[in-house]
Amino acid sequence: MPAPNAAPSKVSRASLDELARTCSQVRRDILRMVHAVQSGHPGGSLGCTEFMVALYFKVLRHDPKAWNMDGVGQDLFFLSNGHISPVWYSVLARSGHFPVKELATFRRLDSRLQGHPTTHEGLPGVRMASGSLGQGLSVAIGAALAKRLNGDTHLVYSLHGDGELQEGQVWEAAMSAAAHKVDNLIATVDWNGRQIDGDVDQVMPLGDLPAKWRSFGWDVLEMNGNDMADVLRGLEEARSRTGQGRPVVILMRTEMGQGVDFMTGSHHWHGVAPNDAQLDRALAQLPETLGDY
Amino acid sequence: MNPYPKLDEKDTRSGFGAGLLEAGQRDPRVVALCADLTGSLKMDAFAKAFPDRFLQVGIAEANMMGIAAGLTIGGRVPFTGTFANFSTGRVYDQIRQSIAYAGKNVKICASHAGLTLGEDGATHQILEDIGMMRMLPGMTVVVPADFNQTRQATLAIAVHEGPVYLRFGRPKWPVFIPADMPFEIGKAQVLVPGTDVSIFACGHLVWRALEAAEALLREGIRAEVINVHTIKPLDTAAVLSSVERTGCAVTCEEHNRHGGLGDAIAQVLACHRPAPQEYVAVNDRFGESGTPDQLLRKYGLDTPDIVAAVRRVRARR
Ligand SMILES: Cc1ncc(C[n+]2csc(CCOP(=O)(O)OP(=O)(O)O)c2C)c(N)n1
Ligand SMILES: [Mg+2]
Repeated sequence: MPAPNAAPSKVSRASLDELARTCSQVRRDILRMVHAVQSGHPGGSLGCTEFMVALYFKVLRHDPKAWNMDGVGQDLFFLSNGHISPVWYSVLARSGHFPVKELATFRRLDSRLQGHPTTHEGLPGVRMASGSLGQGLSVAIGAALAKRLNGDTHLVYSLHGDGELQEGQVWEAAMSAAAHKVDNLIATVDWNGRQIDGDVDQVMPLGDLPAKWRSFGWDVLEMNGNDMADVLRGLEEARSRTGQGRPVVILMRTEMGQGVDFMTGSHHWHGVAPNDAQLDRALAQLPETLGDY
Repeated sequence: MNPYPKLDEKDTRSGFGAGLLEAGQRDPRVVALCADLTGSLKMDAFAKAFPDRFLQVGIAEANMMGIAAGLTIGGRVPFTGTFANFSTGRVYDQIRQSIAYAGKNVKICASHAGLTLGEDGATHQILEDIGMMRMLPGMTVVVPADFNQTRQATLAIAVHEGPVYLRFGRPKWPVFIPADMPFEIGKAQVLVPGTDVSIFACGHLVWRALEAAEALLREGIRAEVINVHTIKPLDTAAVLSSVERTGCAVTCEEHNRHGGLGDAIAQVLACHRPAPQEYVAVNDRFGESGTPDQLLRKYGLDTPDIVAAVRRVRARR
C-alpha cells in the first residue's frame, strides 16, 4: 500500500495520455452498458469520467484486490448521485475490483451491478446504497468520523450532483461537517448545471454556490472536471487542504454528456439510452483503448 | 373466459397525467407540484396548460409536501407528483404531521411504485408504501388497476375532501377497465363473479388475477375476482359478502406481504369471518433490477403464482 500523502504532485505527459486512454474506454463502457439494457444514465456518467478515472487510477490510496467494507488504512469513496452508476462500475472493474466482463450484467436480473449501487449484492467497491438522492454526504461524514475515531489518517471522498444539492439533507450534512471539524473529507459536486427537468437554473436555482458552501464553513475549491490536468491539480490541492479543521468541497465544472458531441449542450441525455445508430455514432468518437468488455 | 379483453397497453402514470389535466380544467382550485420528475409523472400537459398553477420545487420532496399542505390553507387542492418512494418513505413525517394529522386536503400522487419500475432497482422499488400510508389516520389509499381507472381515480380524488395517497406505476400495462365503468372511492369492484375462491387484487396485479381466473376456469374452479382499488377505507362489506360465498381468499399486490392489501383483508376476515387466506405478495425482501415480467416471476407475483395460491387455499378450506 502506498504511504499516506504520497501522491505525485507533477504528472507527466505520458501519464496524462494513459489516463486519457482510460477515459475513452470508460466512456465506451458507459455507452455500451446503457445501450445494452436501454436504460440508465449516460449524461452525468460521461461528464464525471475524468474525475472518476483520476480518483481510481491516481488519487485514491487503496488496494482494489484487498477491498473490504471497513476500508481501514484505505481512502474511501462514496457516490451520492447513485444514478451515475455506469461510470463507477466501469472504473471499479477497470481498476481491478471485479472482472470487466461483469459489466455486461448491468441492470439485468440477478446482477451485482444494480441500476443504482447497492451493498445488498456484495459488489466490491460499494460501501453504501445510493440512488435516493441527498443522503451520501451524511454517510461520508460518518465514515470520516469513524476514521478519526480509529486513528486512521486516510481520507474520505464523495461525489454529489448539483441538482442533488436541492435536497435539504445535504445542507444539514454540510452544517454538521463544519461543526464537527470533519477535515478528512473531500466532497466534490458535479456542477454541470443540468438535472432531469432542465437546467438547474430553471428548475431550482442554487444561487451563489461557492458562497453557500463557504457560509456553511467549508473550504471551497473549483476545477474543470473535463480537463484531466486540472482535475489532478484540483484533487491534489484539495488533499493539501485537509487536516486544517475544515471540510473541503470541490465545485467541479463539467459538461453533461462530455465526450460524445450530440450528447452535450442540454439535459436531454441525463437518463436516456442511445439507440443502435446513436451508439455507433458515439463509439466512433471514442477509441477502444483497453478492449471492450 | 376473461370478460375484460385487453383494449390497449398504456402506463398508469399516463392515466394520472390525463386525469390531472382534466381535473385542472374542471376545477380552478387544483394546483400541481413536482420534484424534478415532470416528464416521468406525465405532468407536462398540466404544467403547459396551467403554468401559474404548476410549481416546480426541484429535488426537495420534503419541502414539496410542506408547501402542498400550506396551499390548502386558502382553499387550493394540491396534487404532488414524484416516485412512490420519494412520495412516502422520504417524507413520512412531513405527511404525518403537516398533512394527515393536520387534516389537509393534499393529493399525494406516486408513480413508479412496486417492482415493475424495473431496471432502476431496489432503491426505487418501494414495497412498503401502502402499509405506511394506510397506517395514517384519515388517509385514503387508492391503487387503480389500469390507465383508464387511474384517470378516473385522479378525477375522483380531486373532488374528494381529505388527504389521499394515489399509487400507480411506470410500465405499459394492459388497459381493460372500460372507460365508462363507474368508479367510486371505497367501493370494490367484482370484475368476475365466482363461487370457489375470492381473489382480491389491486394495481397491476388485477390483470394477472383475471388471467389466473381464466386459467382456473379450465380446471373447473370458478374464481371471483375483486378489484380492491381502494385499500383504505376498505370495502369491508364487499370482502365479507364474497368470502361468505367462497370460504377462502387470495390477495394479490405488488407490495411487501407485510402491511399491504393482504393484511388489510386478513384483518377484516380475522375480526368478522375467519377464513383461510393466501398472500401473493413480495416475501419480505427488497427488489432488484430486471424487466417487469422477470421481476414478477422471480418474486412470485405472476399469474401461475396466483393459480398456485388458489390451489393451496382451497386445500385449506
Ligand atoms: C430523493 C430523490 N428524488 C428524485 C430522484 C429522481 N432523480 C434521479 S436523478 C435526478 C436529477 C439529479 O440531478 P443532478 O444531481 O444534477 O444529476 P445529473 O442530472 O446532473 O446527473 C432526479 C430528480 C431521486 N433519485 N432521488
Ligand atoms: Mg446536474
